[in-house]
Amino acid sequence: MKTIQFQIRRQDDPYSPPYWESFSIPFRKGHNVVSALMVIRENPVTREGRRVDPVAWEFNCMEEVCGACSMVINGLPRQACSTLVDNLDQPIRLEPLSKFPVIRDLMVDRSRIFTDLKRVRAWIEIDGAWNIHRGAPRVSPEAWKENYLYSRCMSCGCCMEVCPQYGEDQTFVGPATLAAVRLMNAHPTGSYHKTQRLHAIMAEGGLSDCGNAQNCVRVCPKQIPLTTAIGELGREVTLQMLRDLFGKSE
Amino acid sequence: MKRPRKVIVIGGGLGGLWSALRVAEAGFQVDLFSLFEVKRSHSACAQGGINACFDTKGERDSIWQHIVDTLKGGAYLANQPPVKSMCEEAPGLIQTFERMGVTFSRTAEGVMDLRLFGGVKNRRTVFAGASTGQQLLYGVDQEVRRQESLGRIQKYEWWEFLSLVLDGRDTCKGVTAMNLRTLEVKSFRADAVILATGGMGQTYGHRSTNSTNSTGAAACRAYRQGAWFANTEFFQFHPTAMLGDDKTRLMSEAARGEGGRIWVPQDPEDRRRPNDIPEQARFYFLEEWFPSYGNTVPRDVASRAIWRVVHEMGLGVDGEDKVYLDLTHLNPGFIEQRLHAILDIYRKFHGSDPVHEPMEIYPSAHYAMGGLWVDFEKDEQTGGLKFGSQRNHATNIPGLYACGECDYGYHGANRLGANSLLSASFSGRVAGESAATYLLGLQDDLLSVPEQYYESEISRQQEINRSLTESHGTENPYSLQRALGNLMSSQVGVVRDNDKLRQALESLKELEQRSMNINLQETSNWSNQGLVFSRQLQEMIRLGQVITASALARDECRGAHYKPAFDLTIPENTYPGDPAYEAYRQAWKRQNEDWLKTTIASAGKDGPTITYQPVDLSVLPPEEPRDYR
Ligand SMILES: Cc1cc2nc3c(=O)[nH]c(=O)nc-3n(C[C@H](O)[C@H](O)[C@H](O)COP(=O)(O)OP(=O)(O)OC[C@H]3O[C@@H](n4cnc5c(N)ncnc54)[C@H](O)[C@@H]3O)c2cc1C
Ligand code: SF4
Ligand code: SF4
Ligand code: FES
Repeated sequence: MKTIQFQIRRQDDPYSPPYWESFSIPFRKGHNVVSALMVIRENPVTREGRRVDPVAWEFNCMEEVCGACSMVINGLPRQACSTLVDNLDQPIRLEPLSKFPVIRDLMVDRSRIFTDLKRVRAWIEIDGAWNIHRGAPRVSPEAWKENYLYSRCMSCGCCMEVCPQYGEDQTFVGPATLAAVRLMNAHPTGSYHKTQRLHAIMAEGGLSDCGNAQNCVRVCPKQIPLTTAIGELGREVTLQMLRDLFGKSE
Repeated sequence: MKRPRKVIVIGGGLGGLWSALRVAEAGFQVDLFSLFEVKRSHSACAQGGINACFDTKGERDSIWQHIVDTLKGGAYLANQPPVKSMCEEAPGLIQTFERMGVTFSRTAEGVMDLRLFGGVKNRRTVFAGASTGQQLLYGVDQEVRRQESLGRIQKYEWWEFLSLVLDGRDTCKGVTAMNLRTLEVKSFRADAVILATGGMGQTYGHRSTNSTNSTGAAACRAYRQGAWFANTEFFQFHPTAMLGDDKTRLMSEAARGEGGRIWVPQDPEDRRRPNDIPEQARFYFLEEWFPSYGNTVPRDVASRAIWRVVHEMGLGVDGEDKVYLDLTHLNPGFIEQRLHAILDIYRKFHGSDPVHEPMEIYPSAHYAMGGLWVDFEKDEQTGGLKFGSQRNHATNIPGLYACGECDYGYHGANRLGANSLLSASFSGRVAGESAATYLLGLQDDLLSVPEQYYESEISRQQEINRSLTESHGTENPYSLQRALGNLMSSQVGVVRDNDKLRQALESLKELEQRSMNINLQETSNWSNQGLVFSRQLQEMIRLGQVITASALARDECRGAHYKPAFDLTIPENTYPGDPAYEAYRQAWKRQNEDWLKTTIASAGKDGPTITYQPVDLSVLPPEEPRDYR
């Protein structure tokens, strides 16, 4: 019988050591990694025939838009829901993202991504979520096109996984967070608070930690041009430094 | 100093985030609960767009027309004052999103672009590329993060709401929730609670376009504690969902709009690959049955036709529940340009290319028009909602509010495309504002609610956990959900019949029994996903009973609820003024006298008790039947 083989790196809780287990499920056309994990969870028996606890992992939208199901698949960080089994070499190796603390098995704690978004003030300051009887200023279709690329970032963490500067004991906020600054600064009224955001990424763990290795942009499932954003921010930061030095308001 | 009053918001989709924002802006403290980081909520899945009348296309579109389309599309079943206000407030709401930074698609002049959506004549749908829901969600998510950094909102992500805490006067004074990592059950005090827990598509198993977390479990828990459900028999099935073992994925209407053709092999035994089946051996049933509309008939008509071909004529492809949606006859360059998003999803998740091979699709549970019953107060001057009233979006339990897809408010018997991102956002805003009003009127001190109410609720919940973890039953929770999904899809689905509904109720009771005899397969007391799932499964089965009982009680066809035994159809080739048409109109009005009423389901000892409430028809009296010809 044709089967699909998995090797899964498991860990019972944040404090216990990791270990590997192998699973095998009957072949069925069209499986993605999440739907295959669903088959395993329904009958969690290893290849050796041992009944074990089902593998824990995260998933929700199943359409590659919520960012929940990131994991390292055959060595590459990807969204499990949009990774078709038919396109993978077997046995398929599944590991949790390594740059975040493991919760259990393939689940990790990515709360830091959201803390860092706070650190760089990735929001637009509005007077309130009520109608002020006008919208934001107009945006040209060209500017929209560029902004839209960045606004699709789903905080999945894949770009952080491959970034050599990002890690549990490093303060670097990572590529996605920098790109969020780029996006907020480009909004017509978001630009009013550009200086605060630029100062945030001029501090420790900010832009200067990026070693320009370009790994991030290669793995982003949303093809977000992260290094372009980082380049643009580099120029902005230089200008900001000059402004800070000479006290010019522009 | 007096302790600031506090509101608990359960759910961080569009509904929950909007309500949290408005409560925080009113100066109250918010605790925001979600099963996962709020940014991952199901709202992110919506691609198409959100409706608001801007009339920037020279079409003389009007807010009134938006109101009429919404009410008629919903077969007049929605209370009209809330719908009126929603449509009137929509443009201002969209502009607020714009100020929050949402990247709406632009015209050459730099204003928000509009597109045409199903069921309407004018372009009225604002969109952000092919990911409108994601962009809207991120817009409010950012503002909530800002409020969080100001200390006004505290998030409890990875916490699951388990139950309400009701005080001695059955007023809601907090919740119990479970930490999804440690599995600790805790109680949380609050002066008011807002449920914004989203849809319930998972009651239809994997045959739903909803996220895997759209279970409806949270709403069902509130129902079992006394909250009413309303109109749950109305479930929209999307005709063209791509099949999958994990869930079905939406292929938008545009595929049919741009010339896609739906067909099955004429011979059910024909096992050739679709491309090898010649024209004359194919059955283009929509084109044959609806010559004037062909493949572009409205959603519900298409769903029913597919149902008929598969279930009554036995013509499903390969003997399974599926039909072809074919684009291969169209110019590849043209469809690549027009249908890029759909092609992308299909290629990514199916692995084959719709440009060269027909897609396999089937109707799928997509949107619950029904949900928790909520009140409203009408402003006699405007005929719309009385803004600021504490009755708006209040459930029948004092202190408990509901908004978003988990309420029943705005869509009547059927939802217009791109109206639910609007209702989720608008209802969230209104619910937040009315909870704030409710807080202003409170006299008692929250801390005066005796601890015993919280403690007894915690032990009740711990007991449920214990009974599941210690049970050495025989049932597999995941297999049970598939059984539930198959049952609901086949017997409480697109086409309904009283005998089948009665059987379904029996089968659901059986399933409920079986779900009490579960083997979790897992002993861990850390991040035990089986425990969490099994608890949700039990609620989904109960919710299935509510849906089925409501469907059984309603003997008519209205919107998405279709019971052919009670069908009224417009006589062919007749129009207003013709005697045959007028006779039909009279029959339709008589049907409205009997059935134009809101279904209320309340939890009884032996299952749901069904009663009815009148609908507020003060904006647009039902004179004109829906007519899509
Ligand atoms: C594929 C698809 C496409 C769609 N496209 C469109 C479209 O183009 N236009 C349109 O208008 N509508 C569309 N819709 C409908 C629309 O997306 C939803 O109706 C809307 O997003 C619902 O928002 P919500 O805030 O009510 O719930 P959700 O976004 O589902 O959020 C629910 C929240 O509740 C939380 N939650 C649930 N249970 C618990 C619990 N027990 N404890 C704690 N937290 C809990 C979850 O964590 C989540 O944060 C689409 C729907 C689907 C399925
Ligand atoms: S370019 Fe910068 S952010 Fe991207 S991977 Fe390299 S170091 Fe990290
Ligand atoms: S930039 Fe791309 S890879 Fe990084 S978090 Fe966002 S979506 Fe994921
Ligand atoms: S499940 Fe949402 S991105 Fe994979």
